[in-house]
Amino acid sequence: MKALTFSLLAEPEERLDLSALTHSGLAGLTDMQIKKLRIGTTRNPASVGDIFKVTGNNPQSIIFEGGSARFDKIGTGLSSGAIRVIGNVGLEAGRKMSGGSLLVDGSAGDHAGSGMVDGRLEIKGNAGDYLGAPLAGEITGMEGGLLIVRGRAGNYAGERLRRGIIAILKGCGDYAGYRMIAGSIVVAGRVGAMPGYLMKRGSLFLDRRPENLAPTFVDCGETDIAFSGVFDRFLIHEKIMDKPLLGPRPGKFGGDVAVSGKGEILFRRGR
Amino acid sequence: MNGMHQLNRNGVVIDDTFAEAFGMRATAIIITAPTLKWARQAAITMTGYATSVIGCGCEAAIDRDLPASKTPDGRPGCRVMIFAMGTDELQKQLKNRLGQCVLTSPGSACFADLEGTAPLDLGNALRYFGDGWQISKKFGGKHYWRVPVMDGEFLCEATTGLTKLAVGGGNLLLLAADNAKALRAAERAVAAIEKVPGAIMPFPGGIVRSGSKVGGKYKGMMASTNDAFAPTLRGVVNSALTPEVNAVLEIVIDGETDDAVTAAMRAGLKAVIELGPKRGAVRISAGNYGGKLGKFHYHLKDLLP
Repeated sequence: MKALTFSLLAEPEERLDLSALTHSGLAGLTDMQIKKLRIGTTRNPASVGDIFKVTGNNPQSIIFEGGSARFDKIGTGLSSGAIRVIGNVGLEAGRKMSGGSLLVDGSAGDHAGSGMVDGRLEIKGNAGDYLGAPLAGEITGMEGGLLIVRGRAGNYAGERLRRGIIAILKGCGDYAGYRMIAGSIVVAGRVGAMPGYLMKRGSLFLDRRPENLAPTFVDCGETDIAFSGVFDRFLIHEKIMDKPLLGPRPGKFGGDVAVSGKGEILFRRGR
Repeated sequence: MNGMHQLNRNGVVIDDTFAEAFGMRATAIIITAPTLKWARQAAITMTGYATSVIGCGCEAAIDRDLPASKTPDGRPGCRVMIFAMGTDELQKQLKNRLGQCVLTSPGSACFADLEGTAPLDLGNALRYFGDGWQISKKFGGKHYWRVPVMDGEFLCEATTGLTKLAVGGGNLLLLAADNAKALRAAERAVAAIEKVPGAIMPFPGGIVRSGSKVGGKYKGMMASTNDAFAPTLRGVVNSALTPEVNAVLEIVIDGETDDAVTAAMRAGLKAVIELGPKRGAVRISAGNYGGKLGKFHYHLKDLLP
């Protein structure tokens, strides 16, 4: 079976809700039924056939040839199979993913990986604000899975993260790990102001000493722990990093003591 | 020589008999430390007083040393195997020995090393030592606990696997002219069997000098001395020993699988046969209970080089 491929005909004139274009959303539909699915968000919404040329027949492997910052909610609720987007995506990519993989060759908008429970979301370009963060009214952010941003992420990356790993490889904006509950955030590159602000538990792993920390983080000194070796090996094995992030004796800040103070910022010393 | 049909290899007489072994529950872990010395120290402490399920609750030993390149955290380590008759006892022994002997050892970390049918708690059982400061981390399909201790952290995988395919009680009886020769033969066998992955020899240095028979004349004795192989009783009991035999040592083998025990017995036999009767054993036999108690029978004649 050939991958089900959606080739973009032209830049869409409206924002698109692509949440239906997953394995579970397309299972059992004929080509004609797929082309008639409404994905536009205006009063006269566009259908799949208006925006894409559809080829292939394997919904376990979905490819979007061409992307747009108007491609919202791509991979929503993805539970199995693979989606690849050759281009950019808009808001809420991988929203509530529970399995499978979503690969975005370009950049993503705000709230990528929001509500993610499991699976793998990889963004080769940059990500917007609120990476893996909850939507308004939600109590917790990402609750599992692996979210990789090869480029830079905006502000509030990993807000209220509860479980899972977010890895950002070219730095991020302010308030990374804001109000974190648990889980892990990896940042290679410069981190903005106030990382880990009001975090209760969880870990921020940085490739350099953080600047602009909240005064409610406490310097715990140098640590000699086996964990850094295991985690560095994991990052290299998963091809997230090509060299150790933390090294053998990372430094540690504990905090945020303004809340429970059981979180940590581990960082590579000497940078 | 109790009428037993015998074979001969390199001048060493091989009894036409078999070792009788039993199905057991087992698990395996990897212990690492900053140096191999300290990884082994933790492992040796953990596997101390674990020679026989009869009195120790479990049987345990180091399976093999591991170079830094073969461990999960890139430090030197060793693989330890623990065997017990039931899952509950195995879990109890694992938890107690891990908590008292590995958690306490400088720089140690502990990882699962057996994909089994069910999980056994490792870090899940010890995390409360962290008194609320323990950290849970899940990545790469594994779950770790990081417990703060006085030299940093005790890193421990949450669970390891249980196998129900393990075998305990493979054995070789090495009969020699004197103690020195029996010990030399036994040491050769141990050195050969140590190279077999998935097989351990839980007795001191891998060797048993107090082989046993089932029961005894005293009430409540589960096992008592194997008088048939005790040279000082030759003549006063129904002895299995000929006049030239004055010392017998036993190698007891537990294996992750039937195949591991087979390979270990084969390796041990080969080593003792190669040593020859002048320097080592004049005869090799094996212990069994008539074949009615244990499911696994290892016939020596099938394992000869």
